[in-house]
Amino acid sequence: MELGRKVKLMQGNQAIVEGAFYAGARFYAGYPITPSSEIAEESAKRMPLLGGIYMQMEDEIASMAAIIGASLAGAKSFTATSGPGFSLMQENLGLAVMGEVPCVVINVQRSGPSTGLATKPAQSDVMQIRWGRHGDQSVIALCPASVSECFTLTVTAFNFAEKFRVPVILASDEVVGHMRENITIPSPGELAVAERKKPTGEPAAYKPFIADEDGVAPLASYGSDYVFHVSSSMHGPDGYSNNNPANAAWRVAQLHKKIEMHREEIIITKTFDTEDADILFIAFGATTRASRAAALELRKQGIRAGVLQLMTIWPFADKKIASLGERAKTVVVPEMNYSGQVAGEVQRILGAGADIRKVNSYNGEIITPQDILKAIL
Amino acid sequence: MKTNKDRCEVILAGSGGQGLVVSGIMLAEAAILEGKNVVQTVSYGIATRGGFSMAEVIIDKEEIIFQQVQKADIVLTLTEEAMEKFQSFADSGTSIIYDSTLLEERRGSNICGYPFTDMAGKLGHVGMANIIALGFMAQKAKMIGTDSLEKVIQERFSGNVMEMNLKALQAGVNLAL
Repeated sequence: MELGRKVKLMQGNQAIVEGAFYAGARFYAGYPITPSSEIAEESAKRMPLLGGIYMQMEDEIASMAAIIGASLAGAKSFTATSGPGFSLMQENLGLAVMGEVPCVVINVQRSGPSTGLATKPAQSDVMQIRWGRHGDQSVIALCPASVSECFTLTVTAFNFAEKFRVPVILASDEVVGHMRENITIPSPGELAVAERKKPTGEPAAYKPFIADEDGVAPLASYGSDYVFHVSSSMHGPDGYSNNNPANAAWRVAQLHKKIEMHREEIIITKTFDTEDADILFIAFGATTRASRAAALELRKQGIRAGVLQLMTIWPFADKKIASLGERAKTVVVPEMNYSGQVAGEVQRILGAGADIRKVNSYNGEIITPQDILKAIL
Repeated sequence: MKTNKDRCEVILAGSGGQGLVVSGIMLAEAAILEGKNVVQTVSYGIATRGGFSMAEVIIDKEEIIFQQVQKADIVLTLTEEAMEKFQSFADSGTSIIYDSTLLEERRGSNICGYPFTDMAGKLGHVGMANIIALGFMAQKAKMIGTDSLEKVIQERFSGNVMEMNLKALQAGVNLAL
């Protein structure tokens, strides 16, 4: 399988698989569901050729469990799903958080609630991604807006998973997943690929939950000389059950802190003409492109408009939004959901008095630049 | 017919199974061979066959920002439903092409019917109507070279199927000459 610099027509979902392979993923377990199925299809075709394993599971609960197991055995692992499947994955996603297991979950968002409009796009899982599991926890989630970003952000997702020992959610949507564009696949070595830290000391002294200064503990592989325990229940530094309140406080804080410590590195944004923007669009995923087109149209009319693209949706880009939002007279947040899940976060940062306009689509249709312009003019 | 060298926006509409998405992909691949930027999007329902289905292709020398067609240069319609959806575009200058074997005859400026399915049947398989239409549109709108589309067919198919598709493409091109 040659990964060279060649311009190709590629679908967003396919680019995610290419990105995963580039990052070194060698285990996929999943249950196909529209509009993510091409990720399973392509992985099934290609993974065995790379010496990896593709497993068709009985459901999404098992899929999530399988990628956790594979990761603990040392493989970079991932799964892909959409709405209903993502709901089923929540419990084991919590296990991955608690056990600090690196893995990547692709959620190609579709219109809901429940099975909803299976073939139509949405961006309505923003809050589910953040809060879908019981128990308080931090999470990292990335949103691509193009086929190229499907590739690069998948590589980034694996890197964050490996570096910070966390599950990372790549929140794509039906538009980006099914869109085809020309893409130049980076050559090997062109993008950084991170590997998890492994323990180096005496196997008998290994404590899988004692973090280094960077907030992250080295992770040994099952089957190696390092024998260790991973539990969904509250555990001590050695991984075994521990009900001590001080221990629980340390563990919970640790799970949050290791992400907090690296916020600057994790929060990736892109700006388009924001320096002097009176009207600021805050967009993510598919709506980024409509926002950029709308901003350009406004510029033509002499109105200073710009776009802030949130490539990292969680943790939320509070600082960036605060600094750009302070300057802007009006902030517009287009998103494919009813309640304005991102707009609510923006309001939290900019305050109740800020002029924040919501542009929402929840009928399975894409938001167009015209839809956005109507909200302002 | 309007031509636009720098940017071209195309809609291919009909029902699932007519090969519209594949035609869109082939058009996009041909545009890449010519060094252009492309975005190809799809819209369909939950059925594999039947039900409204469409593909959009944007070809541009510059970066393509919004991914959906905003002002179509050309729309191919292969079902009555697709025609009804897009017929009004003709008033604003979009060329509407339809398959006169499958649809009732229509008249009006910017609306033209050609018997793509009938021609495909005569060439050996009605399933090649999409390729004939593709050749026709590419030539008529001068959006992509026939040789680029030939290369795409040669990469995608082999043997007899490739030969038949090349013939179908040429038949479409000839129809537009």
